[in-house]
Amino acid sequence: MSWAANRAQSGASGAVANRRRVGIGGASGVAARLGDSADPAGARLPVTAARPEVPARPDTPSRPPRTAARRATRMDPEVSAVRLTVWEAVHILSSSEDGGRIFCTLGSLKRYLGETENPALPEEQEEFARIHFSTFLRCLVGKLSPDWLELLPDGQMEELWASFFLEGPADQAFLVLMESIEGAASPSFRLMKMARLLARFLSMGRMAAVMEGQCRQQAGPAFPLLQETLLTKVVGLPDLLGNRLQRENLATFFPQNYFPLLGEEVLRVLQVVVDSLRGGLDCSVSFLSQVLGKACVHGRQKEVLGVLVPQLTVLTQGSCLWQRVCWCLVERVPDWAMEAVLKGFVEAAPGPEVLSRLLGNLVTKSKKAQFVMTRKLLFLQYSCTMPMLQSLLGYLAMDSQRRSLLMQALKELLETWGSSSAIHHVPLVQQRYVSKAILICLAHLGEAELRDSQDELLASLMEGVKSRLDSNLPPVRRLGMIVAEVASARIHPEGPPLKFQYEEDELTREMLALAMPRPAADGPSEAGPSFAPVSGETPDRETVDRSGPQAGPEGSDSELDSDDEFVPYDMSVDREQRSSKAPSYVRGCLEALTGSEDWERWEAALRALEGLIFRSPAATQEVSVELAKVLLHLEEKTAVAGFEGLRQRALVAVTVTDPARVAEYLTVQFYALNYSLRQRMDILDVLTLAAQELSRPGHLGKAPQRGSPDPSSQPGGAVVPAWRAVVEERVRRKTRRFSKGSAGQAPAVGPNEFNSVAGYFFFPLLQHFDRPLVTFDLLGGDQLVLGRLAHTLGALMYLAVNTTVAVPMGKALLEFVWALRFHGDAYVRRGLLSAVSAVLLSVPAERLLADLLDELLEARSWLGDVAEKDPDEDCRLLAVKALLLLEKLRDKLLPLSSP
Amino acid sequence: MAAPPLPPPDPQFVLRGAQSAVHALHFCEGAQGQGRPLLLSGSLRGLVHIWSLQTRRVVATLDGHGGQCVTWLQTLPQGPQLLSQGRDLKLCVWDLAEGRNAVVDSVLLESVGFCRGSVLAGGLQRWMLAVPGRGSDEVQILEMPSKTSVCSLKPEAQARLGMPMCLQLWQADSSPHPLLLAGYEDGSVALWDVSSRKVCSRVACHTEPVMGLDFDSQEARGVSGSAEKTLAVWSLDEQQALQVRGTHVLTNPGIADVKIRPDRRILATAGWDHRVRVFHWRTMKPLAVLAFHSATVHCVAFAADGLLATGSGDQRISVWSLYPRT
Repeated sequence: MSWAANRAQSGASGAVANRRRVGIGGASGVAARLGDSADPAGARLPVTAARPEVPARPDTPSRPPRTAARRATRMDPEVSAVRLTVWEAVHILSSSEDGGRIFCTLGSLKRYLGETENPALPEEQEEFARIHFSTFLRCLVGKLSPDWLELLPDGQMEELWASFFLEGPADQAFLVLMESIEGAASPSFRLMKMARLLARFLSMGRMAAVMEGQCRQQAGPAFPLLQETLLTKVVGLPDLLGNRLQRENLATFFPQNYFPLLGEEVLRVLQVVVDSLRGGLDCSVSFLSQVLGKACVHGRQKEVLGVLVPQLTVLTQGSCLWQRVCWCLVERVPDWAMEAVLKGFVEAAPGPEVLSRLLGNLVTKSKKAQFVMTRKLLFLQYSCTMPMLQSLLGYLAMDSQRRSLLMQALKELLETWGSSSAIHHVPLVQQRYVSKAILICLAHLGEAELRDSQDELLASLMEGVKSRLDSNLPPVRRLGMIVAEVASARIHPEGPPLKFQYEEDELTREMLALAMPRPAADGPSEAGPSFAPVSGETPDRETVDRSGPQAGPEGSDSELDSDDEFVPYDMSVDREQRSSKAPSYVRGCLEALTGSEDWERWEAALRALEGLIFRSPAATQEVSVELAKVLLHLEEKTAVAGFEGLRQRALVAVTVTDPARVAEYLTVQFYALNYSLRQRMDILDVLTLAAQELSRPGHLGKAPQRGSPDPSSQPGGAVVPAWRAVVEERVRRKTRRFSKGSAGQAPAVGPNEFNSVAGYFFFPLLQHFDRPLVTFDLLGGDQLVLGRLAHTLGALMYLAVNTTVAVPMGKALLEFVWALRFHGDAYVRRGLLSAVSAVLLSVPAERLLADLLDELLEARSWLGDVAEKDPDEDCRLLAVKALLLLEKLRDKLLPLSSP
Repeated sequence: MAAPPLPPPDPQFVLRGAQSAVHALHFCEGAQGQGRPLLLSGSLRGLVHIWSLQTRRVVATLDGHGGQCVTWLQTLPQGPQLLSQGRDLKLCVWDLAEGRNAVVDSVLLESVGFCRGSVLAGGLQRWMLAVPGRGSDEVQILEMPSKTSVCSLKPEAQARLGMPMCLQLWQADSSPHPLLLAGYEDGSVALWDVSSRKVCSRVACHTEPVMGLDFDSQEARGVSGSAEKTLAVWSLDEQQALQVRGTHVLTNPGIADVKIRPDRRILATAGWDHRVRVFHWRTMKPLAVLAFHSATVHCVAFAADGLLATGSGDQRISVWSLYPRT
């Protein structure tokens, strides 16, 4: 006995000395000596390093237990009995094969954990827990083997073995568990056993005990290293287990299961904290904050906060204490995790009221939180959903201290929104996001607050509206209109209201709904605005309508009601009737369109024109240019439905009938004075459509059919196809074919009619784009037309596939693109990019390589740049497509050149 | 619901040979005990054709209006007597019994308008006739066959209703007083109490002259068409006040005639746009657009068995069987 004590004493003092000398590294000595079969790998871990810090500072006066322990090792033989017992037990464990003896030994040690009928003295328990417990656990882990567990029947041994982990001090047990799982060979019996034990540990709610232990240590940052280690292990548990167990992993350790569990455990600890605060005991939640922060940084906001926030929402509703604890919890989150946690909270909270209750005035206390809430989530990111954004801004609006921040945010948002360079360089999605944020801010701010900074807000607003309305992209313009309407009405209510015409769609409706001030909702049940009353009204109105026409003789109609389901016939022939004064010759149309004051005749002529042109090409060619001129200058004098389409189709028909002369005329007019932008864009559209018609194989054969007069004058028109189908079906059934499969129509073939005239369409358009006129400056303000021009040129290039003129066209087009490649407008750039693709598609590969090599190389580097850096998403996409085409081209050429 | 709509129906058969535009149609229930009724048509050239629906041929031609357009045809329930109204300012009563076709009586009219007359025949030998009267805004009520003028219904001078355009006499089952519905040139429909010679109620349904109206006395609901694009449905309440119940907008303006099928299930309109439109009478749901004729449709008529006949300016009469009665 005395030898054992001696040995133990010298071992302990040696260990202390060691530790003093080498600091943390000394731990391995203890571990190796006491747990003789302990896995040496475990000693490397900081877990073991952190533990011995307890005895490493033996003379701190504020720690009576440790002083007692010191005293025990030196003089009090009675207390050092703990050490002796432990040492003996370890010895027996390592040497004995006798199950009964081991059982007894373990049983005797269990006294130190309490909870038996004959517990050890509190000091002894304390000493055991502080000094010997983890050592002993490691020893237990070391003994784990199938044979050893079989020493006693019925799994008694395993039960006893496990009870030490499950009932002893949770933090040490957890660390040893994790350490041994990390150290165990994979796959192995021990690994699986330990993993199961860990699963049991979790299911028994011991994780709460681990965290609780950290909360109870009032003395501030007592063991930063230990806490750090615990934190890593607690949060990294799913990763570690996943790595170790690979395919054998247990469902408990899946992140989607573990983190909700962690959330619940955090909540339990919070409950304990609240209880002990009620009891007057101090507690710290900073460890919980760290766990929360780390879990969120790992991207597990949804799992953890999804459990935590709803519960907290309920708990904080009536209790100030809970609110304070909750605020504390969020405040203590380290700065590096603040963003992740706040984002998680904003996402999980069902509304601004709840968010305000959970966060308190966090934004005014923490600089980081303020940065995240007022800048990062608003300006630097645009990933928040609309409910999140509403929660966030609503939170800012709910307290007078935070309202100044909201005002500040609105000013900055409007400034960003108004900056014209942002419009060019910020993706559309983000522009929408900022716009919506502005509308929400406006809905929250009061009139008086807005009036204070009216001038500033209006200035940025107007700047933004102006540059948005200048944009070529319809979504950007519409965004400008909506925000302008809503914001000007709020900021400058006394001024005349702005009103734009834009189509209503989902986005506009959503945005206008955002601008409505939210009713003050209270409680989570009202978080989602309910539209039930609105939808409930509609059926009412319907029933009123239905019962309206006959209030009286309802009863007499019952027999009619039952069987009156007459099925309507097709009523598509029911169109407006036209008077039949349409001219029957192209010249007649020309006369009617120019000189006639008879508007019905004018309209009839316009309607008949396309058909007449296709029916009599020769007559059309005599007057083609004159006709094109008349059509180009035609104005809509009466409200003719579909006027634009009629005029355009007639123009296309003229151009197709006499391509060379009309195209020449139109291209010259494109650069002439005294045309509106609308007319110039019409010219471009007509040229494209006519080129398409010309290049369509077999268009000549189909033209007369297309030109048939208005089918509304033939009542039986719709019946013919059905009749034809029946006949064809009959013929098909009665006909025997020798070869199956090719029964379908052969594709129409024919020369590309566009071949001979492509030059007339294309080159004149390229000639004058850089020479501004008084009324028309393509490189200046008329970017929209320039974008159209680029698109048109691309389309013409594409339609000139398989023509001889394609190569010079491609060359000219690439030069055009090169000159404009850095144009600031996204719409123009899109046109240029599609033009490049058209060149790649239309010009034969060999000719590209032979004649356009330099241009292609230049274009390629430009495309690479655009694909990476362009702010516009469509531009990037188009550039990538063009690059892919280039790649394909290379693949096509390489097998040709390599042999 | 996803099934494509039925293709537009085709006429059951077409009667050709009127040789001028058809302006009046009337089904004469088989007095001779034949299975199918006769169809009477009045033409622009003043002839009345009697068609057999069995052979689909002209059975007889009556010429009594001196080449002037026949605008209205009506048979009387007692005995095969036919009334025909022409633009020669004459209303002829024909006896068609036993193959006869002779004018037995005639009434001289004093109005040159287009207004068709209306008949209210009780079970007795006496019947009441409403025709446009001497003054341009008058309606004259005659007792037949004595041709005694009962009264003349003249609106108040300041009402400015214009000419009567269409008339319908009827008598409620519960009341002994005959009533007259008249559509006027200013687009309003007025309800006259014939015995007290007073307008009970008037409602402005249209902004253009009312061209045709029909009334469903069981439901106290009527429909009128005018020169404009809308069809108006109105009803009569217990206080005999007319109220517009709803309007239905058509694709093209101009309704020449409106008829409700005797079983009160559907109604048909004759359109100036060459089309006949069929509606569900109770709900006014459009059911079909019959685009067969190539000129203005002037008149529509329903037979008791549900057959629909339409007469048009293209000199054809088409006969349709839509939603047959089961």
